[in-house]
Amino acid sequence: MKKRWSIFLSMLLLASMVLAACGGGDDNADGGDGGSDVPQELKVNIKTEPPSLNPGLAEDSTSGTVLRNVLEGLTRIGQDDKPAAAMAEDWEISEDQKTYTFNIREDAQWSNGDPVTAEDFEYAWKWALDPANQSTYAYQLYYIEGAEAAHSDEASLDDVGIKAVDEKTLEVTLANPTPYFLELTAFYTYLPVNSKIAKENPDWATDAGDDYTTNGPFHLAEWSHSDQITLEKSDTYWDKDTVKLDKIEMYMINDANTELSMFDNGELDWAGSPTGAIPTDAMQALKDEGRLETQAIAGVYNYKFNTTVEPLNNENIRKALSHALNRESIINNITQGEQLPAMGIVPPTMFPENEEGYFPDNDVETAKEFLDKGLEELGLSDASELPEIKLSYNTDEAHQKIAQAVQDMWSENLGINVTLDNAEWNVFLDSVNSGDFQIARMGWLGDFNDAMNFLEMYKDADGGNNNTGWEDPEFQKLLEQSQTETDADKRQQMLKDAEAIFMDAMPVAPIYFYTNNWVKVDNLNDVFVSGLGDVQYKWAHFE
Amino acid sequence: MTKYIGKRLLYMLISLWLIITATFFLMRIAPGNPFASEKKLPPEIEANLQAHYGLDKPWYQQYYDYLVNVVTWDFGPSFKYKSQTVNDLISEGFPVSFVLGLEAILIAVAFGVLFGVIAALRQNKWQDYSTMAVAVLGISVPSFIMATFLQYFLAIKLQIFPVARWESFMHTVLPAIALAAGPMAYIARLTRSSMIEVLANDYIKTAKSKGLSGGVITVKHAMRNALLPVVTYLGPLTAGILTGSFVIEKIFGIPGLGFHFVTSITNRDYTVIMGVTVFYSILLLLAILLVDIAYGIIDPRIKLAGKKGE
Repeated sequence: MKKRWSIFLSMLLLASMVLAACGGGDDNADGGDGGSDVPQELKVNIKTEPPSLNPGLAEDSTSGTVLRNVLEGLTRIGQDDKPAAAMAEDWEISEDQKTYTFNIREDAQWSNGDPVTAEDFEYAWKWALDPANQSTYAYQLYYIEGAEAAHSDEASLDDVGIKAVDEKTLEVTLANPTPYFLELTAFYTYLPVNSKIAKENPDWATDAGDDYTTNGPFHLAEWSHSDQITLEKSDTYWDKDTVKLDKIEMYMINDANTELSMFDNGELDWAGSPTGAIPTDAMQALKDEGRLETQAIAGVYNYKFNTTVEPLNNENIRKALSHALNRESIINNITQGEQLPAMGIVPPTMFPENEEGYFPDNDVETAKEFLDKGLEELGLSDASELPEIKLSYNTDEAHQKIAQAVQDMWSENLGINVTLDNAEWNVFLDSVNSGDFQIARMGWLGDFNDAMNFLEMYKDADGGNNNTGWEDPEFQKLLEQSQTETDADKRQQMLKDAEAIFMDAMPVAPIYFYTNNWVKVDNLNDVFVSGLGDVQYKWAHFE
Repeated sequence: MTKYIGKRLLYMLISLWLIITATFFLMRIAPGNPFASEKKLPPEIEANLQAHYGLDKPWYQQYYDYLVNVVTWDFGPSFKYKSQTVNDLISEGFPVSFVLGLEAILIAVAFGVLFGVIAALRQNKWQDYSTMAVAVLGISVPSFIMATFLQYFLAIKLQIFPVARWESFMHTVLPAIALAAGPMAYIARLTRSSMIEVLANDYIKTAKSKGLSGGVITVKHAMRNALLPVVTYLGPLTAGILTGSFVIEKIFGIPGLGFHFVTSITNRDYTVIMGVTVFYSILLLLAILLVDIAYGIIDPRIKLAGKKGE
C-alpha cells in the first residue's frame, strides 16, 4: 500500500513537471529599479468592467471609481471628507442659497491642452438631462431648476438653470436651497465633458485614446475591456505636484478568493473594499493577524415591512419583530466585518447619535410587551395565531445566513414562525417593487453625505424606493420644511425629528450599518476612502 | 456526402430558429428587466430607456427585429456595458475562451488517452489502479475546487505560475488544467474500457500470432477502434468546455465569453443573452456536425448517407 502511494505521488509530480516545462513565459520583466526610489505604481482590483466611462451614462460604483480619478468636477471631496475647490477656484452663493456662481480656474485644462470651460460643464449636464440620451442617473441633476421638467420632455433644455456666463464662469440656479449641493458637484454625474470632442464624436467614451481627454489627476492610458484599465499621472492637471503615483493598474477579477490570493502573492497592493471584496471566511483570520482595516460607510442593511398586509400593518407587531433581533450576534457570527448594529435609519457618519440608536439591541422584554399589545389589537391570544409571515431575500450566501438567524430569533424570542423565501435578484426586485412581499431584505448606500438621502425615499407611499407602503403627514411636513430651511442646525434637527417619527412607526427594521474592509501593503499610504465609501488615489503614495 | 451535409445544414438552421425563438420567449417571460437595481429609477427615466431600446414595442415587432438582427449579424448595444456592442463582446471575448477551451481539450484528450491506454495494457496492475484513482479524483472533484487547489499549491506555495489573469502563456496553464481535469478523467476511463474490449477481439490475437510487435498492435489495430467512443464524446465535450468555462473564467479573472454567457442572464441584458446564445448554438451545432463527419472517416463501417439504398 505504501509503495503504491509513493508511485502515485511520483506520477503526479512527473505530470506537473511535464506541464511546467511547457511554459516559457517570463514573469520578471519589470526591471529598471532606478535608484533608491520606490516605484509609484499601484495595482488594485476593480472587480468588473466599468459599464460606462461617460459621466452622463455611469450609474455604478466601478465606473465611479475610475471617473473620480480621471475627471474632476467643480468640487472634489477632500481628505477631510468635505467638498473642496477643484475645477472651480471659488464660488459665490446667493442670499436665498439658490444661485451658485462658480469661477473655474484659469489653469484648468484637458489632457490634450484644451482649456476646461464653463461650457464643458453646461454641455455635460444638459447632455445627461436630454431625454434623447439614455442617462439613468439624470435624476441626480434634478436639484437644478427646470431639470426634471426638461428631462420629462415638458420643458426645453434652454430653461434649465445651468448657464455658462463666460468661458470661465458657470451660474447654476437650483429648485430649492440645497445645503449639500457642493457635495453633489463632486459626484460623477456632475463631472464635465470636453464639449469640443464630444460634439464631434458621440462615441468618445467607449475606448482609451485621443478622444478620451481627462481633466483629473490621472489620464486613461489603456482600457482593455473586461480585463484591465491603466491610469497614468496626468501632466496637465492643475494640482499635479500633489499627485505621487505614476501609474495605477486596475484589474477586473470578479472573485474575492482569487483577489486575496493575488494580494498574498504580491500581485495586488490592495484587496477588499471599496473596489473589491474580502471573502467572509477569511475575515476572522485577517482580523486575528491584525491586517484587516475597517471603516464605517454611509449605508444601511434593512428588513423592510410591507405595511399594507396583515399582520405587518400593525405597528406593535413590527416593533416587536424589530426589538427581538440580536444584531450584535448577526454581525459577530455572520457578516464579521465589524459592522455597527443599526437601531436607527440614518448612518452614524451623518447622525453620530445613531451609534446608540433609538432602542437597545436584542431587547427581548420590550419586544414581548409590543407583541402582547399587538396581539390584543388584532384580537388574538397567541403568537401562533398570527397569519403566515414570509421573509424574502435574493439568493446570496450572506443574505441567507442572516435570514436563517432572524427566523430563529423570532421563533425563539417571540414564538413567531416565519417562512424563508429566496429568489434570483431580478425576480426578487420585481416582487418587492410590485408590493408582492411581506418582509424583504434591502440595502441602501448613500449617494451624497446628507441624512436627506436616507429619509427622502419614505416620504410618499408610492415612491419608487419606499416599498413599505408607509407614509406620514408629519414626516412629510418636516422633510418639506427642511428643504427650504437655510439654517444648518435647524435643518439637521428637522431631519432628526423626522427620523424619530419614522423609527416610532418602524416600517423598516434596520439591521446594521455597512463598513468597508480591506487589506493593503504596508508601505502604501494616503489612499483616501470617503464616508460614502468612494476611493481616491490623488494623494496615494508608496514609501 | 454533399447531399448529407446539405441536409444536416438545413436541420441546423431549423434547430437554430427553434433555439432563438425559445430563448426570446423564455427571456421575456422571466420577471425583471435590464434597468432594475436596488435603487429604483424614477418612472419617466425608465420609460425613456424602454423607448430607447425598443422595449415598448409589441412583442411580435421585437421578435421580428430580433430575427433581422440575427440574419444581419448585428446584435446592437449591450444594455449593461454601454461602451460596447454585443458584437464587440463576442469578438473580444471569444478568442480568449477559444484558446482556453482548445488548450483544455488538447490536455484532456492527450493525457486522457495516454492514461487510458496505459491502464488497459496493464490491466489490474499498479499502473491501472493508480491512473484510475487519478481518474476518479478528476471526475469527482469539481473544477472550482481544482482551480483553488492549483492556485494554492502551484502559484502561491511553489511560485511556478501566476495566481490569475490572462497575459502570457504561463497564465493560461492553470485554468486550462482546471478545466481539463474532469474531461481528461472521463476520457481515460472511456479509453480504458473500450481498449480492454478491443484487445480481447480475435483480430488482435491474429495480429499477435502473425508476430507483429506490441507497439504496432496497440497503435494501429487496437487504438483506432478503441478511440471511437472518445471521438463521439468530443462533441458534448466541446459544448461542456465552452459553456462550462464560466466558473474557471471567473476564478482566474479571464476576460472570456463564458462570463458574459452567464452574467447577461442575471443582468437581464437582453441583447447580450440573445447574441451569445445564438453564437454558441451555431458553434455547437457545427461541432456536432464535424464529429459526425470525423466518425465516418475513422470508422469505414459507418455510412454517413444512412441506409444502403440511398
